[in-house]
Amino acid sequence: MDLSVDIAGLRLKNPILTASGTFGYGLEFMPYGNLTSLGGIVVKGLSWEPRQGNPMPRIAETSCGMLNAVGLQNIGVESFVEKKLPLLPWSEVPVIANLYARDAEEFARLAEYLADQEGIAALEVNISCPNVRAGGVLFGQDPFQAAEVTKAVKDKAGTKPVIVKLSPNVTDITAIAKAGADAGADALSLINTLSGTAVDIRTRKPRLANVVGGLSGPAIKPVALRCVLQVCRALHLPVIGIGGIASAEDVLEFILVGARAVQIGTANFLRPDMSFQIAARLPELLKELNVSSWEKFRGTLEA
Amino acid sequence: MPEPILFEKPTLKALLHPACIETTVVSLTRVGSISGPDKPLWLLDLAMPNRSRWRPGQFVMLRPASWGFEPLWARPFSICMAEGGVLRVFFQEVGRGTAALTKIRSGETVVMWGPLGNGFAVKPHTPTLLLAGGIGLAPFIGYARAHPTLESLHLILGHRQDKSCYPLNLLPAGLSREVLRQETEADLQSFVRHLEEIIQAYSARDSLVLVCGPHPFLRVVHGLVLKHGVMTQLSLENRMACGVGACLGCVVEAVQGPPLRVCAQGPVFWATDVKF
Ligand SMILES: Cc1cc2nc3c(=O)[nH]c(=O)nc-3n(C[C@H](O)[C@H](O)[C@H](O)COP(=O)(O)O)c2cc1C
Ligand code: FES
Repeated sequence: MDLSVDIAGLRLKNPILTASGTFGYGLEFMPYGNLTSLGGIVVKGLSWEPRQGNPMPRIAETSCGMLNAVGLQNIGVESFVEKKLPLLPWSEVPVIANLYARDAEEFARLAEYLADQEGIAALEVNISCPNVRAGGVLFGQDPFQAAEVTKAVKDKAGTKPVIVKLSPNVTDITAIAKAGADAGADALSLINTLSGTAVDIRTRKPRLANVVGGLSGPAIKPVALRCVLQVCRALHLPVIGIGGIASAEDVLEFILVGARAVQIGTANFLRPDMSFQIAARLPELLKELNVSSWEKFRGTLEA
Repeated sequence: MPEPILFEKPTLKALLHPACIETTVVSLTRVGSISGPDKPLWLLDLAMPNRSRWRPGQFVMLRPASWGFEPLWARPFSICMAEGGVLRVFFQEVGRGTAALTKIRSGETVVMWGPLGNGFAVKPHTPTLLLAGGIGLAPFIGYARAHPTLESLHLILGHRQDKSCYPLNLLPAGLSREVLRQETEADLQSFVRHLEEIIQAYSARDSLVLVCGPHPFLRVVHGLVLKHGVMTQLSLENRMACGVGACLGCVVEAVQGPPLRVCAQGPVFWATDVKF
């Protein structure tokens, strides 16, 4: 079967993307597989200026999952475009930039800069970051701010599709999804990490220097599936499912509830060829299940 | 046999191409017998088809297939030896991952990626002091076995467990060495004094000091080598999730510039380049 999918005009040869922050700048994984066998690559969150990130320890292993408080350490958008992007096979596999900013103007500046870059296929807006202009409230936790930042990016993004990446740390994820859609998002990706912590009873210290971090990995898959199901039922934008995906079976679970594509995140740490393995296994699995087209399978959950 | 590669500064990217393979356990052997509350030390041998190019000080990530999602991450292990189609690591049970690893049986599948990181400098005709704290002996076994001029090496192993717990038989017979046990606080203090004397002696000539061991040991040695101004490389063993430079969970603070990823830019660093 033809595995390709279309996300707001962006053609992916298969629905397997890599999740931001779990696949470096893509280059780190070149020894372990062929990047062009993936549907696309979402790179580490980029900010305008380089950022040093949070103090150590930044990661902690939990039951079937992990916490991270990396704090968006990155080389800055210009260094990425000048030093990393030319080394990626961007003409054969879409490279999606994930944007991180502290206010709407910075988001707009990132979008404007990237709109002119030939090697960038789409923009993914990480709205799970604090808005310094609004006292540090997360953009993604308030429909008005989510709409403001979506519009700021969309206005400057030119022809690049804009994907808004939703946080699950909200009471009603469909309210944020609708706000993003109304403000011009071309697609939605969900979920980002779940807020959590871990502590050590012997040292009486938190296991992350930042105390609170984001939970990811297989442990969060049921939450992610529920969020994708709710959003797909509530509106008609293309949805990219993310959260705990670690096999081709998991990929189909997200597509069954309505996702058009998926991102592999923490599972890339279980083995560096994970995304390539899943992409290679997917056609066999579809054959086993007698699925002959995405249209006949996507969103067909009988409930 | 490993290939000694000569270089002055650790290169930013590994020169040898790593790969991810599914290998099998050849054997898991407990080394010596432990007294007190500490956990045992082990040698794990894995089949290593066609992978013979590595540098001492490099490491591999290991994740038994039987782990499922628990523990989640693979664990990094310094390459102790890789000869005759077998890759050997030396480890101590210190947490969830290493405890789970002691349950593995011969023939089981392990996902392995590597060799990773940069490895230690090799300067054949420079007097080279190898400072190992306990389990930090692991990379120096391969280092000494591969070194072209054994006469220029001297190893000091500081250890807490009985001597039988360390596979000293794997070291080349002609390697000059001191094996010193620290059981009490007083032993530890005299060991540190001895280290300082030796480091001072090495600082008086063109020399190289290489260090591997637990964090408190590295900290003490780091202080001493900076004080005496001797060319020193330290192998750091931070917590790692990916091992390939993607998660940014393993970083160490740099003297200059952004944090350094221990897995991709180390694990071996010049003492003057890192803060900890
Ligand atoms: C170490 C780490 C770093 C991450 N960095 C980013 C980031 O820079 N931007 C972003 O939008 N999401 C980031 N994420 C979130 C992931 O992209 C993904 O949404 C989340 O981990 C859930 O998927 P998973 O369970 O498959 O990992 C990061 C996750 C991890 C584990
Ligand atoms: S262990 Fe992931 S970046 Fe080093």
